[in-house]
Amino acid sequence: MEQKFLDLLKEILEIEDRELLMTDNFREYPEWDSLAYLSVIAMLDEEYGIQIEGSEFKKLKTVGDLFSVVTKK
Amino acid sequence: MAFLTFENVGITAMAAAVPRTVIDNYKYTQYFPEEQVKEVVDKVGIYERRFADGHTCSSDLCHAAAEKLFADNDIDRSEVDLLIFISQTPDYRMPATSVILQDRLKLPNSTIAFDINLGCSAFIYGLSVAYSMMSGQPALRKALILDGETRSKVYSPKDRRTAFLFGDGGVAALLERDERFGKSFFSLNSDGSREGLIKIDAGGYRNMSSAETVKEKVVDEYGNIRSDEQGYMHGGDVFNFVIREIPKDIKNLCVRTGEDIQSMDYYVFHQANNFINSYIAKKMKLDTAKIPSTIAKYGNTSSVSVPLTIVSELKNELIDKKKLLLSAFGVGMTWATAIVNFDNCQISDIIEI
Repeated sequence: MEQKFLDLLKEILEIEDRELLMTDNFREYPEWDSLAYLSVIAMLDEEYGIQIEGSEFKKLKTVGDLFSVVTKK
Repeated sequence: MAFLTFENVGITAMAAAVPRTVIDNYKYTQYFPEEQVKEVVDKVGIYERRFADGHTCSSDLCHAAAEKLFADNDIDRSEVDLLIFISQTPDYRMPATSVILQDRLKLPNSTIAFDINLGCSAFIYGLSVAYSMMSGQPALRKALILDGETRSKVYSPKDRRTAFLFGDGGVAALLERDERFGKSFFSLNSDGSREGLIKIDAGGYRNMSSAETVKEKVVDEYGNIRSDEQGYMHGGDVFNFVIREIPKDIKNLCVRTGEDIQSMDYYVFHQANNFINSYIAKKMKLDTAKIPSTIAKYGNTSSVSVPLTIVSELKNELIDKKKLLLSAFGVGMTWATAIVNFDNCQISDIIEI
């Protein structure tokens, strides 16, 4: 499940040159911007049926934080 | 959802006007590098927009559309008993633009005229108001809804979160009572706790216009620039809200009315951007051949987008009886869904002014 999540995230952020780590701060990725945010919201909804409030999303810093949203459900 | 139902009222004619100035979004690179612009434009699917010049207001676009509608359908102006002007870009803070239009369109003084200020879902809200007033009131012979926006004047071209999205347009719709229209259904909703998602902070009476409010400022870590009298939008949070609430509202209205969602002839969505609309269509498993779109050529025209899409894309499709689902959402937040019948609706060619 963890690997599938990382693969999905890599795909939607269009990251091809490296592997993602749970400890990465995704907001510091050069690929991260407001459009990437849209893609992540769509991915969470589509793949996991999760809709997250903007105020909650703001608190998430690392890839691991994002993954915990998926596993908590 | 507040649920409303009406009988035997419908739209019998429509017309639209757009500014003649076409903005090519790929070339809208005055403030941002070409590559960055292309990435945004491709994601939102907005390739062209129309911008009104400094002298042209929403009311002027609506006036042109109304004159076209009157001429094409040989309408007796003395029979227009109700005029509703829908906009968040009116001529003045007062008087209401609808009243000025009553005179410009040479409608009688007995015409009821008022404005509705609501944003992207306002055409559906406005329809429900007109349907409601027309129902069971034979004294109201014809109603005219004029819906116009010049959103190009609202947002900063130096704020990349909104610079590539919005365009201008105006629509006129004539409503009459007739048994051929049958039943119509509306769901109307509001959530003011999300007032900050799309907003202009200053220039009203909470934060009145001053030298400070018109100053351009850098507003975030990305270097976007706007004044407090220009609009802003948290697009991600809007998207989040939309994918949660809109499919639910559409489903609820179908359940409440016993309508099969797949049985609609067309689904006309607010043209916010292509990313949102494609996502909703996919999520709700709708037949995309039945979803007309003007996002690519007109962008987001706020409340005008639903009727403008009908005029632009369904001109020859609404002669026979058709059932349309209308859905829109936006600033407020407010959101609305309607199921309405069209039958022998006369749609004029779009004019450019």
